[in-house]
Amino acid sequence: MDLLTPELGLFVWTLLAFLIVFVILRKFAWKPILKALHERETGIADSIAAAERVKKEMGAMQAENERIMMEARAERAQLLKEAKETRDSIINKAKEETKAITDKMVADAQQQIQQQKMAALTEVKNEIGKLAVEVAEKVIRKQLSTAESQNDYAKMLADEISMN
Amino acid sequence: MSLRRLFSFIVLTFALLSAPVFTYAQHEENHESAPVAEGETAHAAHGEEKKGGFNASEVIFGHIGDSHYWHFFDVNDHPVSLSLPVIIYHPEKGLEVFSASKFHHGHESYNGYHLEHGMKEKIVSEDGAKIIDFSITKNVVSMIISVVLLLVIMLNVAKKYKKNGTMVAPTGFQNALEPVLTFVRDEVAKPNLGKKYMRYMPLLLTVFFFIWINNLLGLLPGGANFTGNIAVTACLAIVSFLIMIFSGNKHFWGHLFNPPGVPLGVKFLLVPIEIISLFIKPIALMIRLFANILAGHIVILSVISMIFIFAGLSKVAGWGFVPVSMAFTIFMFFLELLVAAIQAFIFTNLTAVFIGQAVEEGHDHDHVHEEYHAHNPETGQDYNVSKQEIIA
Repeated sequence: MDLLTPELGLFVWTLLAFLIVFVILRKFAWKPILKALHERETGIADSIAAAERVKKEMGAMQAENERIMMEARAERAQLLKEAKETRDSIINKAKEETKAITDKMVADAQQQIQQQKMAALTEVKNEIGKLAVEVAEKVIRKQLSTAESQNDYAKMLADEISMN
Repeated sequence: MSLRRLFSFIVLTFALLSAPVFTYAQHEENHESAPVAEGETAHAAHGEEKKGGFNASEVIFGHIGDSHYWHFFDVNDHPVSLSLPVIIYHPEKGLEVFSASKFHHGHESYNGYHLEHGMKEKIVSEDGAKIIDFSITKNVVSMIISVVLLLVIMLNVAKKYKKNGTMVAPTGFQNALEPVLTFVRDEVAKPNLGKKYMRYMPLLLTVFFFIWINNLLGLLPGGANFTGNIAVTACLAIVSFLIMIFSGNKHFWGHLFNPPGVPLGVKFLLVPIEIISLFIKPIALMIRLFANILAGHIVILSVISMIFIFAGLSKVAGWGFVPVSMAFTIFMFFLELLVAAIQAFIFTNLTAVFIGQAVEEGHDHDHVHEEYHAHNPETGQDYNVSKQEIIA
């Protein structure tokens, strides 16, 4: 059948054209296009991977932040607690010290008061004794200013001795 | 760009070769019926030898065959056509180049050659010598147009890729082509060729787009039946066959000529079958594309021709059949648009499958059937089944 016998002419032209197209397209079209496609796909894959990685890192960072926050909070609580304790202890100590000092001051003051009281009493006694002696001297001097009284007194003294 | 200059040069060369352009040939016989003068059916103009009326088979074969003219339409029974350059190699007279207009549509002989209209249009030497016709026929011109189109489109797209860089979203035609390119890569090359797919991508893409664009151009009214010509499909099939042969590795040839693990008696049966199947592959490729496109063209032309066949019976019947015929034709055109892409895909896919078989590394395969063979050491029959299963 005529239709099924290939013509050599058309065959040759087709082969020639196909090969030329193949060579030109391979060099100037397919290679750059496929390269570009490949690069874009790897680029996209890389970007996705990078995004995933960043997301993971973000997650890790967030967890880390959370942890640090928790620690900070705990530390703050601890610090507050310690500060409170310190404050209390300082106050207590101060109170105690103040009390001790005041006690001592009070004691000292009482002691001093006692001493001064005693001194004052002694002075008052001495003054009174002196006054009594002076009064007695004056009395005696008055009593004994006459000769008769001096005799009586001598006599009395002698009576006392003789009575003994 | 030097490439662009090359294209213009090629186009110019062919334009000059076909210099005696539009011929308005005179005819002695004038018994053609008038309604034939439109669209694809215009090929009926070649039916001059027959008595009047409409001859569908001449119209159809006039279209699906190759021609030395690019026939457009007839005006008052005079064909308006582009006369294409004739290049003939005569074993004694050597190479001859002249315009087909010298034949005056087959009515005159020139330089000892004349046109013969059988099922195909043929140039015959009157001295009976066996000449080789390298003419730039209608199919060749159609192919050149498609090649120029293909190059312009693809190089522009490639330029866009280079200009835009890799991370810019594709636009325009680049965007239209990219899914096709990635389809060929991901659905055809990668599954069949494995890791080495990149090496064969240029071939597969060229084959795919070459067939597709020619299929589509063939569908245009007045277009040539390029991919429905067996010389063309034979050429493409041989190209893919040669690529397959030259990329065949040791494993492939070893399995072909000395299938391992097969009893000697079965080998005598198996090896010839394998060798025949090797050659049947390109033949199947060739016939599949040829027959599909040819059949499509024939069906469309037949349906259109029916209008004129009915018109020959009665004018009313002719007009009455127009809507039916048009509906069929439109349906067929849509079908053929689909077929154009499907056949290009099938050709490319089978080429990839055959190359894939040739470059396949047999480690897994060997392992599997050796294991199977260990279970059934004496049954070659079972082995064959298992082999097919493994290939499938």
